[in-house]
Amino acid sequence: MLSSVAERIYWTSRYLQRVESSARLVNVYTNLLMDLPKDINISWFNLVTLNSGDAEYEARYKVRDERNVVKFTLADDTNSGSMLVSLAMVRENLRTTRDVMPESAWELINELTTFAKQSIKDGCLNRGKRHEFLTQVTNQCQLIQGYIASTLSHDEVWDMWCIGRHLECADMTTRILDAGTHVLATHDDRDEAHAPLIIWGNVLRSSGADHAYRRNVAASVGGHKVAKFLIFDPHFPRSVHYCISSMESAVKRLPKSRKIIASMKALDIRQTSSVRFTELDDQLSAYCNDLQVKLGELHGIFSENWFSAKK
Amino acid sequence: MGINWKEYQASFFYDELINKKGNARLPAKRLATYLQSLDGDELHRRQQLAEATIQDMGITFTVYTEEGNIDRSWPFDIIPRTISAKQWSKTAEGLIQRLQALNLFIDDLYHDQKILKDGIIPREIIDKSVNFRKECVGISPPHGVWAHICGTDLVRDDDGEFYVLEDNLRVPSGVSYMLENRSITKRVLPELFEQGNILPISGYTNQLFNTLADLAPNVEKPEIVILTPGIYNSAYFEHAFLAQQMGVELVEGSDLTVAKNGYVYMKTINGLEKVDVIYRRIDDLFLDPTVFNKESTLGVPGLMKAWQTGKVALANAPGAGVADDKVVYAYVPQIIKYYLDQDPIIPNVETFLCSDKKQREYVIENIAKLVVKPANESGGYGMLVGPHSTKKEQAEFVELIKNDPRNYIGQPTLALSTAPTLVSGDKLEPRHLDLRPFVLQSKTSYVTTGGLTRVAMKKGSLVVNSSQGGGSKDTWIVDTEAK
Repeated sequence: MLSSVAERIYWTSRYLQRVESSARLVNVYTNLLMDLPKDINISWFNLVTLNSGDAEYEARYKVRDERNVVKFTLADDTNSGSMLVSLAMVRENLRTTRDVMPESAWELINELTTFAKQSIKDGCLNRGKRHEFLTQVTNQCQLIQGYIASTLSHDEVWDMWCIGRHLECADMTTRILDAGTHVLATHDDRDEAHAPLIIWGNVLRSSGADHAYRRNVAASVGGHKVAKFLIFDPHFPRSVHYCISSMESAVKRLPKSRKIIASMKALDIRQTSSVRFTELDDQLSAYCNDLQVKLGELHGIFSENWFSAKK
Repeated sequence: MGINWKEYQASFFYDELINKKGNARLPAKRLATYLQSLDGDELHRRQQLAEATIQDMGITFTVYTEEGNIDRSWPFDIIPRTISAKQWSKTAEGLIQRLQALNLFIDDLYHDQKILKDGIIPREIIDKSVNFRKECVGISPPHGVWAHICGTDLVRDDDGEFYVLEDNLRVPSGVSYMLENRSITKRVLPELFEQGNILPISGYTNQLFNTLADLAPNVEKPEIVILTPGIYNSAYFEHAFLAQQMGVELVEGSDLTVAKNGYVYMKTINGLEKVDVIYRRIDDLFLDPTVFNKESTLGVPGLMKAWQTGKVALANAPGAGVADDKVVYAYVPQIIKYYLDQDPIIPNVETFLCSDKKQREYVIENIAKLVVKPANESGGYGMLVGPHSTKKEQAEFVELIKNDPRNYIGQPTLALSTAPTLVSGDKLEPRHLDLRPFVLQSKTSYVTTGGLTRVAMKKGSLVVNSSQGGGSKDTWIVDTEAK
């Protein structure tokens, strides 16, 4: 596989994962706010912070309200992390790698792009239609993932696809967790027991993990248990642990893997020693931030070894 | 109710589907009857379905404008154009004959130049050709073939015969749209394919692959790549489409490198891998900055040397463009006679060479009714359509011709044939069109079943280029003798 193609496949996969995450996040957040009493002051702006979009948001919007945040997160052309921009990036990368991807992937992406743009034009960001619209987007992303998994040869193109997908997924899981701690720290609920339950429940739903959590951990939702599950569970496909293991096995099947595996080991991305999750305070937040930095370094390692093929 | 064909034909031109009496021609019979059963609303619905399909399939082409490059949806008209299988098989023979002769001609030009020595073609035409590459002299590409992929533009005059309008031997494009037009039509008019007498066109990419593989006769499983200038090229869609259909890599210049041993390699995640055949979709002058355009970042340094020493095959070979000069075009009947000792099966359009004093005077005197073209432009740029031009434009062209007579030719304005085309959403009116079949040659020869039909969407217009507002239609070769 060409280095340039490998890089584009990796990004196609990352961006597709990002499209799904954005849609899922806004959907879950909308539900979260419906469940919480009105006087709980939870800001929509958390969604912007979660995606590290503060600066870009401030440059364009004055008011940090639902309408603006939803628009910024999903439909804003000027936000490099918005859902529509991610979708455009999927399309652009796929356009230049059509030769290695199964034929209908291109068609499915075009359909999704047309659908998303048209729906947004038709006012589907408003609460009344938002749920249905975003559910369709996430379903469509899942369909594309399924289509690719079942028609693309599981060769090096597939491995590159998996690496991009899992890296993005691990990154998003840490961001969702971080956002959970953030919401919890800033809310001013008088009923202390009530809000955490709802907030951690929604953290699970944002990762599509509520069902897996109930089956594997407990029916009751507790903060440290959720964090532990989303980071360390070896079987849940969006846990950081699972994503990293999957990346490792994909890396091993690809060329130059020994060097990369060594670098991954050195990063010690799954280190546990320094963190205790009994307290849901800044420690988790710091841990999540640390993970994000390490995932960024991991990207650098991939890029240097496979993408920027030097003479 | 649907269209009444008796009321359709109001023009003096040859119509592809309907004769002057308002009856459907034999290969169009079923189509015409079927269209009659659809009312305006239904036609409109099908056209919308086609447009939605084009969006979903992402069929686009890029237009260069002053504001930048714009990706546009492929313009498509749902009403197919029909040709009888019998007429087509003769035309296909003529196309193969033509390309074979042109390849012998190119090979001769870069070796003994017998045709010049024998006085069939004046030497100064080649001396002044901007597409003659001295770097190619003495090179012998596999099978003696220089132009492996040719797009020949055919037009039908009011006598109902096909004429060759021009040969495109450099980097002809359009074949992907021909294939996609069929996919769209199958979705939009599925009922018409039930009878099965519309000949399939899907063999092209297989044939192209084989043609390219034949260029590396000594390699068991040759590595074939398509070299594209990148996403800003108007035909990028096609480059990606062909790579996908053939299962080969799509590369840009920066993905390739020529190693010390003189072979060409592509940069992969495994390191360097050898490339045997390059289907290049960039012009000669951008191929290799060490030989041609020094500023070119699209090409690969050292590529020409690799080709000259037979370490990599290029399709089409550099220098093949010498034969799609419009002045050389005028001599193709003589070229066919000279090399094959045959009469041309498909005639040329009458052509006046401005390099000849008498012919030049004729062109200048009759400029208002002629089409004047520069010898080496493509895409319909830089030409004058006499009857549709102003006095001022005509005067400008007279100056251009006088300053550089070698570079201009004149041709009579043809009565291009028409076909029913959907206009303003629900009406069928005649519009002018042409046809670009694609011809392949390496060890063997192949012609597409039909080709890309391009149609001038504006009433009365003769300009079919998609870069200038032209559209396209599916082309049906219909076996009228099948039961």
